[in-house]
This record gives sequence, structure tokens and C-alpha cells, in this order.
Amino acid sequence: MRTYIEFEKPIAELEAKVAELRSLSSDGSNVSIAEEIGRLEQKAKQLLAETYAKLNPWQKTMVARVSERPHCLDYVGGLIEDFTTLAGDRYYAEDAAIVGGLGTFRGRGVMVIGHEKGHDTESRIKHNFGMARPEGYRKAVRLMEMADRFGLAVISLVDTAGAYPGVGAEERGQAEAIARSIDCCLSLGVPMVTVIIGEGGSGGAIAIATANRILMLEHSIYTVASPEAAAAILWRDKGKAIDAATSMRITAQDLMDLKVIDEIIPEPVGGAHRDKAETISRAGAAIEKALKSFDGLSADELREHRAERFMKMGRSI
Amino acid sequence: MNWINNVVPPKIRSLLTTRREPPDDFWRKCGGCGQMTDKKALEQNQFVFPCCNHHDRVDAKSRLKLLFDKGEFTIVAAPEVPLDPLKFRDGKRYTDRLKEAKTKTELTDAVLIGEGTLDGRPIVAAAQDFRFMGGSLGMAAGEAVATAMEHAVDKRAPFILFAASGGARMQEGILSLMQMPRTTIGVRRLRAARLPYIVVLTDPTTGGVTASYAMLGDVHIAEPGALICFAGPRVIEQTIREQLPEGFQRAEYLLAHGMVDMVVHRHKLRETLSRVVRVLGSGQGDTSGRAKGLRGARGRANGHFNGSALDGKEMEALAREGNALIEPVADEERFPSRKADVRTGRGDDGKPKSGGGAKGTA
Ligand SMILES: [Zn+2]
Repeated sequence: MRTYIEFEKPIAELEAKVAELRSLSSDGSNVSIAEEIGRLEQKAKQLLAETYAKLNPWQKTMVARVSERPHCLDYVGGLIEDFTTLAGDRYYAEDAAIVGGLGTFRGRGVMVIGHEKGHDTESRIKHNFGMARPEGYRKAVRLMEMADRFGLAVISLVDTAGAYPGVGAEERGQAEAIARSIDCCLSLGVPMVTVIIGEGGSGGAIAIATANRILMLEHSIYTVASPEAAAAILWRDKGKAIDAATSMRITAQDLMDLKVIDEIIPEPVGGAHRDKAETISRAGAAIEKALKSFDGLSADELREHRAERFMKMGRSI
Repeated sequence: MNWINNVVPPKIRSLLTTRREPPDDFWRKCGGCGQMTDKKALEQNQFVFPCCNHHDRVDAKSRLKLLFDKGEFTIVAAPEVPLDPLKFRDGKRYTDRLKEAKTKTELTDAVLIGEGTLDGRPIVAAAQDFRFMGGSLGMAAGEAVATAMEHAVDKRAPFILFAASGGARMQEGILSLMQMPRTTIGVRRLRAARLPYIVVLTDPTTGGVTASYAMLGDVHIAEPGALICFAGPRVIEQTIREQLPEGFQRAEYLLAHGMVDMVVHRHKLRETLSRVVRVLGSGQGDTSGRAKGLRGARGRANGHFNGSALDGKEMEALAREGNALIEPVADEERFPSRKADVRTGRGDDGKPKSGGGAKGTA
């Protein structure tokens, strides 16, 4: 059973009708029903393509958040061989909101880190909905430093509404943990490639997204604050989230225009969640291409490239 | 005002105040206890309310005046940035908000950079002005912070940052978020140049500012009572739906939780900064070839920059005052190459040293 997003209602109706007709003519003998199915299917497909070709920023926000969307561990499962999870920040705790580990990506040793949101109630709680506490960022720093030491490229997968706003997180230095993580990204003498796979939310995202190359899935979003938070701050009204999403320019297309990201990875028609395998394979190809482009660069050149990339940002728009 | 309050009944008191110009022009209400203080007196007291030592917010220009010798400094211009890249409006146009803030503060944006001396030592400093759209970090402020750090590197001067910010500037969207890595690059350049980077966290320092350059200093000094956090108390209260602990996210709380080195009364701030910068500048880090030239040029090659008994005392004083623990270390451990210098004229790696060392002249 597929879950439909609000704006997909007309598509849902068409697809429901197709399913209903299909169950009526399960043997396929009724020619006219089969024809009708074909016609409706075509129509649904077309509607889906049309809808997804012109999603507005708020609709994209909903697509980016849909629970069936492939999450960090789906990419790890689809792209990384010999994946070995590493846990703990060595100071305080293991924070499963950020997962990470060693593995091989298309013949090259890599360190993967990413926000994991979870896919059902149990795993969502385990991963704290992808909202990391300081331990998550400190673990990321530990793994990035290890990657640097062993010459492994870093792949980071970003999918978070933001860092977790809690008493404990503040008590243990959430701000400092994020700052150190950005700092660590900038220190790496190995290539770092980031893919925004769903939500790129605020400091919690940039903490592991200060990379040499930043790729973004077509319907993912990347923002300084979630539309809800921005609405609360700017309009003092959470209900204005749609306005915030629209005016803040949070879509992959916007960020390409603003030269904040380097490349958009196209999603299958109807969004990444309609064809996870295809999405993951496209992401894999993009990551491979990005990593290859840094082959042969020295540690200093990689650091310089990363710093340049960010210093250039916003200077010409 | 206080004595008037005591002798004049409230009704007449209100007549008294209405006869003058609006009280706001003369008096400022203490954020700590509510008492009124004469604005002039407040300024003379470095914006600390005499009633209860509540530290009022300080605008960027006054901040730099309080820091530099005789209150004199040169403003360092920050590069211009594209205005309103998102064409943003939230009930009001962002460009209009900017215009208003500029008029109100007489600043170009939320960060003011100054260059001058602190007890004779060249310093570059930047101050964030909370009055300018909540001191928010946008492209202009980010560029200013990065420029200030770069300028300190060029001048081989220590860098002092006075943080005061509500966080990222929403109206610039993702481009404000990008100031976090951009300013961090500046911090890294200071570090690579082995220049002291001191952060003074003032009320309030939150969000993207805390989560980047404001938490990456060599030494963190907080002002008493300052709110310092990533997520603001309001956001957290909404998340956990319960009351927050007493003193949560205040300077003293951060000291207890290991995030700042000391909480310093504003009256002691200048001398503390001067001392920290001086002691840091006297260590081995500053004996690199590049720094030596500067010392010579400045003519400050006095006796105690390379491990005299004096800075041991200073370290102790620093430790006592800030509740920070700095283990005393024997001189020979701290300055191995100096010892070698004196005896053989060579560093402990056996290579001849060119100048520097205990002689301190280049
Ligand atoms: Zn008071």
C-alpha cells in the first residue's frame, strides 16, 4: 500500500481505480476493461509526471519528508560493500541519529556518515528522527579524522530537520559540537562529497556538509531553518510555513541558481520513494563521478579547493 | 532618580517625569532588577547597571571604544556583498528592514571591525551589534567576520571577537547558513598563523553564530548572565514542554559545563583580554619566523616574552580569576628550545636558530 502525499490526491484516485479494475479482471480476459486500465494508467502516469515537473517548494518539502523516501541506510545498503558500522563519540554516548562506518564504494575505501531518520516508529525513535545531539557530531568528527588518517574519501548523506533542541543537547555543547564538525570537514585532506538526500536542515546539516562537492536530489530541500521554524521566527506564526518555504528558496533548483550546490541528481518520476533502487543507483553514479574528479589532488589542494568553494559563495550571484 | 522615588509620591512622580522629555532619553531600566539608571552614568559604568551589576547590551562602536587604548581605533571596511539575494519579504521588504537598521545603528551591517592597540599591543577586533537585526549573521556579517580575521592574519595581530547575535539571518536563507563554514575558514587561518583568537560571548549569542566561529576560539570569555546557546530557550521549551532549569544556557551554566574558560565582569574584561593576549603572544607559537619580524618592528622586545618568571604569575592569576585550571609547568619543559639556544645557539632539533629565542630581537 502506497502512501500518498496530500497534493497527490488526484493521482491516488486514478491509481486506486486502476487497482480496482485490475482486481475485477484478474484473468485479463475482458478486453474492454484491459483497455480502460491501460488508458487510466497512462493518465495517472502523465498526471504524476506533470505534477512532479512543477512541484512548488512546499510540495517538495513534503516529498523530501515522505517516510517511504530512501534514507541514509538504504543508500549504504545499495552502494557500499563491506560496510562496517562504527559507533560512539568516545566521550559520552552513541547517537544513532548520525550513522557512520567504513566500507568500499566502487573499489575505493570510504568513510560514510549520514543522518538516519528511520522508517518505522521503532527505528524512528532509535534514530531520534535524524536529529542529532552533540554526540552525533562528535562521532562524525571522530570518523572524519579517521578517514583523513587512512586516506579514505568521505561520503556524507544529509537528511535532518536540524540538530536536536533539547536540554541535554545544550548542556553537552550542541553549538560547539556542530562548530567542531564544520571545522573538521574543512581540515580533511581527503575528498569529501555530500549528498542532500532529503532534508538539509540548518546547522545540523552543514555540520557534515562542508564538502568539496555538494549534490542534491531533485526534490530534496536545504535550508537555514525548517519552513516551520522560519515561519515562527519571521511571522511569529507556524502556520506561515508555506510562505516561508516559498520565500526562502530551499529547493535544489534554487540552490543551483545561488551556486550553493554543484549538481542536481534527477529523481524518478513521482519522487525518489517511487523507485528507491533507481534513485540510489543515480546517486551512486553521481558520487562516483564526483570522487573521480578529485583523483590525484594532494591533501592541501583538496583543503584549498574546499575553502575556495565556500569563500566564493555569495560573492557573485 | 532613586532618591526622588523615595521621597516623592507616585502621582507626583509621574508629573515630574512627564514634564521632562520622554524618560527613555535619560533613563534606562535595569534588565536585572528594574531600577532606573541615568544613561550617562550607565555609559560611564561601561553599561553595567550599578544597582545589581546587570550587564546591559553594548553597541558595536561602544564595545570597540571600551577595548582599545584611549577608546581610539580605526574602522576596517568590510567588503560589500550582494543585497537581498532572495528578494525576500515577510510582511515587510528585507531591503526596507536593512535601511531601517542602517539608519538606527549608523552601521553598514551587524559587524563592526576595528584596529588599534590594547595596552600598546596591536589588535584587530570585531563586534556584533545586536541592534542591527538582532546581530544576525548574514552575508555582510559573515564577510565582515572573515575579513576581520584575514586582516588580523595580514597584520599578524591577535583577534578579539565580541559575539552578540540571535543567529542566522533568515531573510538571506541558505546563504546565511553558508556563513558558518565561511567564518570557520577564517578561524582556521588565524590558527594556522598561530595568532590568538579570543571570543567574548555577550548577551545573547545563539544559533549559527555559536555553532561556528563563536565556539572555536582559543579562549572563551563570557559576560555575566549572558544567554549563550544553540537552540533558544523558547524552542526547547516547546520541544520538551516543561520548564527549563534555573540559569539554563546562561554564562555561568556554560562555565560549569566546560564551554567557556571564564565569566568576567565587564570592569575586568579589558585587563583580562590584555593579559590573555599578552601571555599567549609570549609563548613558543609566536617564535615562528614571521612573528619575529613583527616583534622587532614593533620594538616590544622586552624581557618577559619568552618565559620569564612574570608570565608564570600571570598564568596563575588567570587561573584563579577565571576558575580555570592551568597547570604550572617548569620553564625547561615549556621552553626547551630556549634552553638549547642559550647553551649552544642551536635549537633542540640541532639546527641553527636564526635570531629569536631568549634574545628576542630580530
Ligand atoms: Zn539592577
